[in-house]
Amino acid sequence: MNVTIVDYGAGNLGSVTRAFESLGAAVTLARDPAELSGADAIVLPGVGAFAEAMDFLDRGGWLPHLNAAVLERRVPVLGICLGMQLMAARGKEGGDTPGLNWLGGGVVRRLNPPPESAARLPHIGWNDLIRKQEHPLLAGIPEGATFYFAHSYHVDDLPEPCVLCRSAHGLEFVAAVARDHILGVQFHPEKSYANGMRLLRNFLETAGGNPRA
Amino acid sequence: MHKVRVIPVLLLGERGLEKGVGFRDRVYVGCPRNAARVFNAHRVDELVLLDIVATPAGRLTRVEYVRDIARETTMPFAAGGGIRSVEDMRALLEAGADRVVLNTAAVESPRLIEAGASRFGSQCMLVSIDAVRLPDGRYEVYTACGTSPTGLDPVETARVAEAAGAGELLVTAIHRDGTMSGYDLDLIRRVVDAVNIPVIAGGGAGSAEHIAEVVLQGGAAAAACGAFVVFYGKRRTVLITYPTVTDLRAVLPAERVRDRDLLPPPDIASARL
Repeated sequence: MNVTIVDYGAGNLGSVTRAFESLGAAVTLARDPAELSGADAIVLPGVGAFAEAMDFLDRGGWLPHLNAAVLERRVPVLGICLGMQLMAARGKEGGDTPGLNWLGGGVVRRLNPPPESAARLPHIGWNDLIRKQEHPLLAGIPEGATFYFAHSYHVDDLPEPCVLCRSAHGLEFVAAVARDHILGVQFHPEKSYANGMRLLRNFLETAGGNPRA
Repeated sequence: MHKVRVIPVLLLGERGLEKGVGFRDRVYVGCPRNAARVFNAHRVDELVLLDIVATPAGRLTRVEYVRDIARETTMPFAAGGGIRSVEDMRALLEAGADRVVLNTAAVESPRLIEAGASRFGSQCMLVSIDAVRLPDGRYEVYTACGTSPTGLDPVETARVAEAAGAGELLVTAIHRDGTMSGYDLDLIRRVVDAVNIPVIAGGGAGSAEHIAEVVLQGGAAAAACGAFVVFYGKRRTVLITYPTVTDLRAVLPAERVRDRDLLPPPDIASARL
């Protein structure tokens, strides 16, 4: 199956590409929105800041193509880190900016852990997940499994049915979302060893692929 | 719960991987690519690769090592050495580094931190500060791999770096480097108390107890390790090791220790280089 990764031109997509290739997928790094037409699954990776990324998608003519693929053709999509945040209704990083609005709400705000928690930002490193509901994206991932995070912002005010799990860094924040075929994770599965690979494999399976074990 | 990170720091010298004491008397340790593969097999929390001869030679980190390590591993890793511009940072990120490490350039030109943070995000900017303890108990920042005194106090350098957009600091006590005698808790505490961003402690790791000390008493978010993870035993035989989950759970609260994939350890975990 073809996994099309949206290339914002803002950094390293090698890890995500290699992870999907090792699962047997053919990866397209799309620099042109027309390339979305051949996608069996789409990945919005996590590089940069909210306002700049939305500006890039807007100026590059990506928005109508992304909406047609995801909302009309219902191509499965996985957002990673910033890529998940872009799916919210609005973002407050770099000014108040409209997002893709694929999750029925959500506002991206800076994490604000209470001072007594001594939690510092950015939230960099490994954390575990607090499950809110079962979902095929998390199939086979053991309780206590940890994932690599690197972010200062989180998706707030999401409709609760979207929330698959949270994580805690001074306060609980949304770590994974799902709305039908629209999936997102705040962490970096491509940097999270076997647990992350299992999640990416689950994504390909939910997208109808037959990934290598 | 956010886990404590244990971060091997690999030093890239002229001959390959090197390690010394107090930033001097470096011996050849092995091939950086092999070492990175072994650390990846240990499923390390993160790895830092520093080209320590880049700044003295007036050039950037050898990008080919970054590219090879990125191709052959999946661990999060930061790379640095000799960075002078946003273009240099981009070159390392495009080669596959997840974060860049600034040291000399961060001290000489905090605006470079600002430029990098606005382009790639603060979480991408790891600022490394090397300091020596002076006889009167004060500390002084050294740049150019510990060869160039600056007259600056690490607390001040840390504040400037944070204000410019650094996402994390790696603070290394040069006088403890390679000694495996424990971190300089006083230095780490001073910097941790002066900033709001996470601090990685460096210089002196020799045991899991040292790691617990610098996290619980020093306030560090993570512990960088050099000699501790590349040398074994009194004769400092070259051998890649990494503290086990059991070692760390004996000295840290269990919920702060990452369970590494809940899988059995890989065969090459203790392979010689």
